[in-house]
Amino acid sequence: MKRALQTTLLYGLLCVGVVLTLLPLLWMVSASLMPSGEANAIPPRLLPSHVTFEHYRDLFTRLNLGRYTLNSVYLATTITSIAVLLNAMAGYAFAKLPFRGRDRTFQLLLAALVIPGQVSTLPLFLMLKGFGLVNTYWGVVIPGMASIFGIFLVRQYAQSIPDSILDAARIDGAGELRIFRSFVLVLCLPVLVTLGIFTFLGVWNDFLWPLIVLTDRDLYTLPVALANLVGEHVQDTELMMAGAVLTVLPVLVLFVALQRYYLAGIMAGSVKE
Amino acid sequence: MQRDQTGDRSRESGVEGSNAADAHLPSPVSRLPSSLRPGFWFALPALAVIAAFFVVPVAAALLLSFTDFDIYAIADVRTLRLTWGANYVRLIHDPRFWTALKNTAYFVVVGGPLSVATSLAAAMLLNTRMLRFKGFFRTVFFLPVVTTLVAVAVVWRYLYHPRFGLLNYGLAWLGFQPVDWLGDPRWAMPAIILMAVWKNFGFNMIILIAGLQSIPERYYEAARLDGAGGARQFRYITLPLLAPTFFFVTIMTMIGYFQLFAEPYVMTQGGPADATLSLVLLMYEEGFRWWNLGFATAVAFALFAIILTATLLQFGVSRLRAQPGG
Amino acid sequence: MLSTTGGCERHKPDATVEMWAMGREGEVVERLLPELYRRHPEIQVRVQQIPWSAAHEKLLTAFVGDSMPDVFQLGNTWLPELVALGAVGAIEPQVMDGLDLDDYFPGILDTNRIDGSLWALPWYVDTRLLFYRSDLLAEAGYTNPPRSWDAWMEMMHAIKQHGGSDHYAAFLPLREWQTPVILALQRGAELLREHDQHGNFEGEPFRAAFNFYVELFRRGLAPASGDSQVANVYSDFAAGYFTFYVTGPWNLGELQARLPAGLNDRWTTAPMPSPNDTYPGISLAGGSSLAVFRGTRHEASARQLIAFLSEPAQQVEFYRLTGDLPARRTAWESDALRQNTRAQAFREQLQALRSTPKIPEWERIADKIMLYAERAVRGDLTVDAALAALDADVEVILEKRRWLLRRRDEG
Repeated sequence: MKRALQTTLLYGLLCVGVVLTLLPLLWMVSASLMPSGEANAIPPRLLPSHVTFEHYRDLFTRLNLGRYTLNSVYLATTITSIAVLLNAMAGYAFAKLPFRGRDRTFQLLLAALVIPGQVSTLPLFLMLKGFGLVNTYWGVVIPGMASIFGIFLVRQYAQSIPDSILDAARIDGAGELRIFRSFVLVLCLPVLVTLGIFTFLGVWNDFLWPLIVLTDRDLYTLPVALANLVGEHVQDTELMMAGAVLTVLPVLVLFVALQRYYLAGIMAGSVKE
Repeated sequence: MQRDQTGDRSRESGVEGSNAADAHLPSPVSRLPSSLRPGFWFALPALAVIAAFFVVPVAAALLLSFTDFDIYAIADVRTLRLTWGANYVRLIHDPRFWTALKNTAYFVVVGGPLSVATSLAAAMLLNTRMLRFKGFFRTVFFLPVVTTLVAVAVVWRYLYHPRFGLLNYGLAWLGFQPVDWLGDPRWAMPAIILMAVWKNFGFNMIILIAGLQSIPERYYEAARLDGAGGARQFRYITLPLLAPTFFFVTIMTMIGYFQLFAEPYVMTQGGPADATLSLVLLMYEEGFRWWNLGFATAVAFALFAIILTATLLQFGVSRLRAQPGG
Repeated sequence: MLSTTGGCERHKPDATVEMWAMGREGEVVERLLPELYRRHPEIQVRVQQIPWSAAHEKLLTAFVGDSMPDVFQLGNTWLPELVALGAVGAIEPQVMDGLDLDDYFPGILDTNRIDGSLWALPWYVDTRLLFYRSDLLAEAGYTNPPRSWDAWMEMMHAIKQHGGSDHYAAFLPLREWQTPVILALQRGAELLREHDQHGNFEGEPFRAAFNFYVELFRRGLAPASGDSQVANVYSDFAAGYFTFYVTGPWNLGELQARLPAGLNDRWTTAPMPSPNDTYPGISLAGGSSLAVFRGTRHEASARQLIAFLSEPAQQVEFYRLTGDLPARRTAWESDALRQNTRAQAFREQLQALRSTPKIPEWERIADKIMLYAERAVRGDLTVDAALAALDADVEVILEKRRWLLRRRDEG
């Protein structure tokens, strides 16, 4: 009896949680399909009176959203591939390849984690201006090419690679680059996938930096374009919701597809000391 | 500079040409002079990026904060004045800084624990042994984490609408008075916190689940044999053994929450009447809206000092707690 | 066209003039251009639309980041700042085709002159006045719009009484500094003193106007809850949620387009009421201007473009597309404008204009006015405390200006 009650309570709580968690997202989708004006009704509507795709059509034809999607994809993939490679190399070095000052450097990196990223934004902008990189993709890509967190994540994982494998490879005559390519990358694949998704999501969702660096409309990423849209069309709730759906959907799909690796990576990275 | 030159040569021999590395068998790595070891070259690209685009700007920010670098100085650098601590003095006398600090502290002190508590509750529920569909629940609870903040902030803005929003509709149904969530200075910060909890709890939940799973099941079995109930098991097994993970989660959440920016930027622009103005938002406004880079960087360093202090305090408290208990 | 080389690619071919325009203007200005292309086949214009809410910081960021457009629209109160930065090139009327400066409303043209030079051309005028629901005003017992503050106050009380607790007499967006400033200028306030080196907000005229403004909210005549209460100004105006709305000419077009047809003869416009016996009361010489970036590489084309957009015929066409009111008097003689009774109130208002101080810091000061007005409205601060804090903040903002002036005087 008590057991049954507990079970009911457990599933009850979880279902309430699921509803609360999903409600904003579901309402977003629903409102994006409503005819104009219906999202501002009293009492509020949960479902559209009839489904319309006009707002999506508007976004792609009149408001150029296809372009912004491509920009976001391009930036996120570029930064992700570079960042995963550089962080993997550094993380592996910090775990397995001793060099002078390595441990002190690593400690300094960890300490630097406490510095809020925003401290660097203002001078960074002036620096990039000096290089002529403001209003270019490189202005967004370059600062994202490596991260302390990424190095940390890979290092934690790479420490579990048995030295015997690496030494055996060296004895077989493999160079360090080849060892990295053929063994380290393969052995660290799970954490690299995690890092990849992490970086991709971070770039995709990033707002402040692209907002500042990219002034040309044709370079906008989705979140910047969406914030712009809010400035212009705040009256058009349904249109905004369609924009929000298009911004969120790709990352949700990516996450659901790769969640197994991603969640496992977060769990592994955080619990290990 | 010198290093760069030796570097180019050793890259050829040490890293890029595997043939050259072969010559140093059997254990080439440890015998090379330390600066030429491949580890250095492996770490260099990432470290160079971090140094050039993080460390240097941070140092530059520190210098800027001692000047009155502003829009006039951008137009004509001769108007730049070295003002030493003037920005920091101005900061202390600026009521808006204190407002921003108070709001940020509110967000950290109320929002942080609320976030972590929600995560812990969700993690405990999902860690129940007999639960089915664990994967489904876990995925759903994690979804808000991966969503784009700008997009969901737009959605929440409508949910919070005092007359058309779903939230007030639900409250009215439960018999509550409508609340002007984002328009009333008393409610704007709670509204931002609520959204932040929704958006973030999934992340910590995953980490806490991992922490819970690492507690050996036999402890619980032993406790049950001793007749300990759920509450006592939680108090004497779960909490102490989860402490390291919990500590990690708390610190990370706190550091993250001190940097509150995008939520108020998109939802309230810091309003109403500065009720959601955070330190980072203040820095952004002073810096990128008015180009008072000197003052803005002083705000940034004040924030840095606050985060550092808070982090050290946390470490201190956790050490104190750990000592008497053994 | 995604470039794989990233930023190294410039998006504009050499002959293309890059133009930034805000909001609705950015959407429709392209429709005027075919005529320009017909006359000048060598010119190509690429218009980028910038939301008003981000326009000011976007321009400054672009200037600092060396990514300015060749031609840009700007609020005329921002001009002193951009001139101080050296971001705009001076306009030389003699080299502009068909430009007749005498044809502009003097109050508006003057906002574009700083230290004797002309830096931009007025594009459209944006003075604020009363939009109101004539039917609701009539229901409350008044057939004519208010001419004085007293009459206005009386009407608002009547409307509020008539409409009930969930209706308001007026909607004054808390996120705009214009309304309190207009009221202060009407009282004859000098916003800054001693060559704009210090704030003058604790002075009597400003205080009186500020009190009047805050009272509107304290008496429940205007919703103090802020803009979040109003999800859609247009549907709320249609629903009669408020009767008076102090706003600008762009809403002529927006309201026309967005209100249900049945409402068409139930709303109109009137000049601002005044605190004394003059009429109309003073309003702001606001508006948008067109400026050329000083570092442009397409100066000739850029000049052609703004000369073209300034032609009376284009101004009339632009009015047709946006409802924005022309800055040139000839354009007002067109049928389109003469037939629009609602626009006539603006014509009248344009005779009674004043501008805000022409200093680079104005936009920051305006932002502070907005902030402290909001805090006073919400009862966060008393009027006295808000004005004292405002003066104190402005004193800090103007510190560099005082230093620069001193330095100029000395050397």
